[in-house]
Order: sequence, then structure tokens, then C-alpha cells
Amino acid sequence: MNKVFHVMYDDDDTLKDAASALVAKGIRVKDVFSPFPVHGIDPIIGVKRTRLGIAAFMYATTGTTLALLGMWYFMISDWPMNIGGKPSFSLIENLPAFIPVTFEFSVLCGAHGMAITYLLRNGTLPGMPASNPDPRSTDDKFIMEITTEQNAMSADELEAALKETPLFELSIKDYK
Amino acid sequence: MQKEAAIREPLILGDKSYKDITDDVVGPIQGAAPTGWKIMITISTIIAIYGVGSILYLLGTGIGVWGLNKTVGWAWDITNFVWWVGIGHAGTLISAVLLLFRQKWRMAINRSAEAMTIFAVIMAAIFPGIHMGRIWVSYWVLPLPNQFGSLWVNFNSPLLWDVFAISTYFSVSLVFWYIGLIPDFATIRDRMTKPLAKKIYGVLSFGWSGRAKHWNRFEEVSLVLAGIATPLVFSVHSIVSMDFATSVVPGWHTTIFPPYFVSGAVFSGFAMVQTLLLIMRKGMKLENYIHVKHVEYMNIVIIVTGSIVGVAYLTELFISWYSGVEYESYAFINRFSGPYSWSYWMMMTCNVISPQLFWFKKIRRSLIATFILSIVVNIGMWFERYVIIVTSIHRDYDPSSWGEFHPTSVDVGVFIGTLGIFFTLFLAFARFFPVLALNELKTILKTSGENYKKQQANH
Repeated sequence: MNKVFHVMYDDDDTLKDAASALVAKGIRVKDVFSPFPVHGIDPIIGVKRTRLGIAAFMYATTGTTLALLGMWYFMISDWPMNIGGKPSFSLIENLPAFIPVTFEFSVLCGAHGMAITYLLRNGTLPGMPASNPDPRSTDDKFIMEITTEQNAMSADELEAALKETPLFELSIKDYK
Repeated sequence: MQKEAAIREPLILGDKSYKDITDDVVGPIQGAAPTGWKIMITISTIIAIYGVGSILYLLGTGIGVWGLNKTVGWAWDITNFVWWVGIGHAGTLISAVLLLFRQKWRMAINRSAEAMTIFAVIMAAIFPGIHMGRIWVSYWVLPLPNQFGSLWVNFNSPLLWDVFAISTYFSVSLVFWYIGLIPDFATIRDRMTKPLAKKIYGVLSFGWSGRAKHWNRFEEVSLVLAGIATPLVFSVHSIVSMDFATSVVPGWHTTIFPPYFVSGAVFSGFAMVQTLLLIMRKGMKLENYIHVKHVEYMNIVIIVTGSIVGVAYLTELFISWYSGVEYESYAFINRFSGPYSWSYWMMMTCNVISPQLFWFKKIRRSLIATFILSIVVNIGMWFERYVIIVTSIHRDYDPSSWGEFHPTSVDVGVFIGTLGIFFTLFLAFARFFPVLALNELKTILKTSGENYKKQQANH
């Protein structure tokens, strides 16, 4: 029977030290639930830096392209208008007047594209059920999730190793 | 652990733990509504209803019920629009620019400042909407295929830039604000005991669980959104100023407008944040989180931006003379000595003189003085827009069409009404939303909390 351990700590620094100690023993920490971003935990438990920033850049450049393409079509190609004698015959000549909308549209696409990707990748969407093992983990407690499935040690050995850390509470459940 | 210099004033006072922060912010949401809140929301709802009535009357009758005439075709409507957009600048400035500068004091005020931004931008958007007269065709501002040949909107016009700027600013601020709110809604969800409230906050929290990977993404999203919201803040009011600056009206046609408008916007936005937060911290007992030091920091921003605004007024005046353009000089002489000189001097007193009082440490750190001056600044900033708009156009090139503007009761009703709607929304926010950014405040407790700083000093 696979087991899942939820080890609760009452301080972020204690959690970090405990995680380092456990990882040094070759134990894999599956996840950490915390009420706020615990700085420095990611490299310890092996969470890689997100690539959302790159995604945002790509969304923003898509916005830039779409805005320029649209304005070229509306103002230059489809129906050139003479507005106060401002040049309306080529995109390059009219570009200064197009900068504000290009910028705004790039920001619009970059920000919303990134936000939507973020929510989808997290799986946090309206009506989704919460998956934190204990409600106190959004308040002032820090929970480490460790499974026997991911570790070579037996459940008893794991339990012993966990109990060596200054934990606050430990819950062991059978894992389906 | 990151250490902070001992001489820096703590940002969180008292002997607080992580749990206390949650209790102090979530407690008021769980408890019954205080009487003061009920009285305030009743008053503001009545004013809001009056405003909605005025707007409906205006839409049903036509914008002839405003005091506009052939000469003064823009007056209170655009004044109010620019005033509200200006107020809407502080929130994103606090949350985005101060995030990039890693200013920790922003964490106590960013949530409510951003809420204020969003509500202020909604109020601002009402004015150009109803000024169109036929609000039901307001979608014509979008470049949509239509039955008039292919008549597209004019991308050379700053008015259209404004459509893009305001809508981008509004939606990006909303997203930025909500992404920060999700983890805090989760905190409320996990503490609520009543099933309906738990369900509602559960839906609002999007099932947030606080996993390490999610926090990793959360911080990246906050940083990148702050990075792109920063130029956005500056662009929005620059574009608003171009509504005026690209026209050929003396008094409007000046290159100084974009920076002048942006600093004016930040100036009035911070003043409004002060007005709201000084009431909120008392009403919700948040004195340990938003205290004199935060007020002082904001007052310093007010001195800086207020001084930029003051220099801009004087530069404008000097350049109108130095340019040698007769019409330009006249526009400014008329401003300070013509029929609207009272509003010019009102603006000068409120915006140039009053913020300079904050150079005195006593005044800068006095809550009562700050509260009074913040209201004075917002009155001054309203008059700034009024002076720029009305005095510049009430005297045309052609003296036979000189005129004056007199507001009607509908002008007043719509403006007061937006104040009512704004305060109703803000009070609702203060009652049901986490007014402090819980997840952010908890990250600075160990470096900037009073008890932790004392512990460090004793070591």
C-alpha cells in the first residue's frame, strides 16, 4: 500500500531547513503547500523556474504584429483617408501615429495571454476544488507532501526520517 | 534570511504572527457589518441612485441638458473623465512601479489602491460613454466591419488611442488585481464556516491551494505584469493629455502635456488613496499595518509629483510668453485674469502651495493634516482640468463666439453620482474583500515586523 505523508511545520524557515535535511538523505519532496511564496524552497525541492515570461513575450509580439497589420489594412490598404494632410500612403510614413495603439495592443495581448496561460497551467479556474491537504496551509502553516511511491524507502523508514525534523503535525494517509 | 537595517522603521507594528495577519484581515469579513459602514454605504448608495437617475435622464433627453454650448463643447464631462482617470493612476503605480523598485511599504496599501483604480477607471469611462449621446452605439469606436462602405475608425486620432489605452488599462489592472487576490480568497475560503460563504469564496479563489510550483508562477506573473503595467500607466495619461495636446487650441497645444498630466495623475491618485485609507485603517482597525510611516511615504510621493505639477504650471506660463505667439500668451493671461481666474487661483493654491506644506515633518506625519490636504489636493486637481478645458475654449479666435459655461443640475448630478457609485463600490470592497495583500504582507513580516526587528536588535 502506498502512503502519502503530510508534514506540517509552523514556520517557513523551519520548513526550508527540514526540506534541505530530507533531500540530503535522498528523500524526494513531492510538493509544498504554503500561505505565501517561501523564497528559496524551489531549488531545494527541485521546482524549475517557470517559462511564463517567455510566453508573455510571445503573446506581446503577436499583439504588436496584429495591431500593425490591422492598422495597415484599415488605414493604408482598404480605405486611405486624408486626415489633416497626414501621410496615408504607406505604413512607414504613418507609423508615428500608430505607435500608441500598437503599444497598447501589445500590452493587452501580453498581459491577458500570460494571465490565461497562468490560470490554465495552474489548473486554477472558477469553481475548481481546492487541493490543499489542510485548511491551515493558507493561514500560517506550511505543509510538505511526501509519497512512498516516489521514494525508495519504506513507509516506516520515511516516517522515522520525518520525525527527526522539527515538525508540527504529521498525517499519514493511504494513497490510492 | 534577508536582514533589514535596524534604523528603518518597522512596517508592521505590534507583536504579530502570520496567524494574526490573517485574523486581522479576515476577521472583519466574518463578523457582522459595523454600524458606521452601514450608514456610509446607505448614504453613498442614495447618491449613486441619484447619479444613475441623472444619467438616465440625460440619455433619455439628450446632452442638451448639460450646460454645454457652441463655444464650450467640452466641460464637466471631460473634466470629470480626466479627473477620474487621474485618480485611477495611483493603484497601478503603487502595485507595479513600487514592485519593480522592491518597495515593501506598498504591500499594505496596494490591494485597496488597486481597487480604487479599477473603480475610478469605471467612473471615468462613464463620461465619454454618455457624452456620445447615443450610448447604445458606443461600439462604433471599435474597428468593426460596417455597412457604411468600409468606414474604419481613425487610428490617427488621440481619441481613438484613448479607447485602446483606457480599455487596456482597465482590463490589465483588473487582471493584475485579481491574480493577487486569488491566494487571499483561498485564505478566506479555508476559514469560512458558513457553507454559502465558503462556496462563494471557493469559486472566487479558483481552487487555489498554494503549491510551490504555483507560487513560483505567481511571482513570475506578478513581476512580468508589473513590468508591462509600468509603461502602461505612463502611456495612459500621456494619451489622455494628447486628446488636448494634438489639437490647435491655444492653451492645449503644448508639448509639456504628457509628463505634466502623468505627474498630476499620480499626485491626485495618491491624494485619493490617502483619503480612503485614512478612513479605512480606522474603521477596520488596521492601524498596525497602515501607519504613520506609510502615510509619510505617500506624502513624499505627493511632494515630488506636486512639485513637478507646480513647475509645469510655471513653465507653461513662461513658454506662452516666450513663444511670442499672441494667441498663446492671451490664453494664459486670460486664465489668471479673465472671468475664470477664480478657478485658476483655486488650482494654484490647492496644487502648488498646499503640497509644499509636506516639507515639514510634523505635517507630513500628521494624519489629520494629511487627510485635510489630500482632499484639498483632489479639489485642486479637479480645478486643474476645469481650467485647462473650459478657459482654453471659452474664448475662441473669433470674439463674436466668445461664451461662458454654466453647469446645470444634470452636470452636477452626474458628477456627484459618480462619487456615490465610486464610494459604494469601495465600501463593498472593504467589507467583502481582503483589503490587505495577505500573502505579500506575510513575506515581509520577518524582515519588517516590529517584533522580529526587536529580536534581531537584541541578538
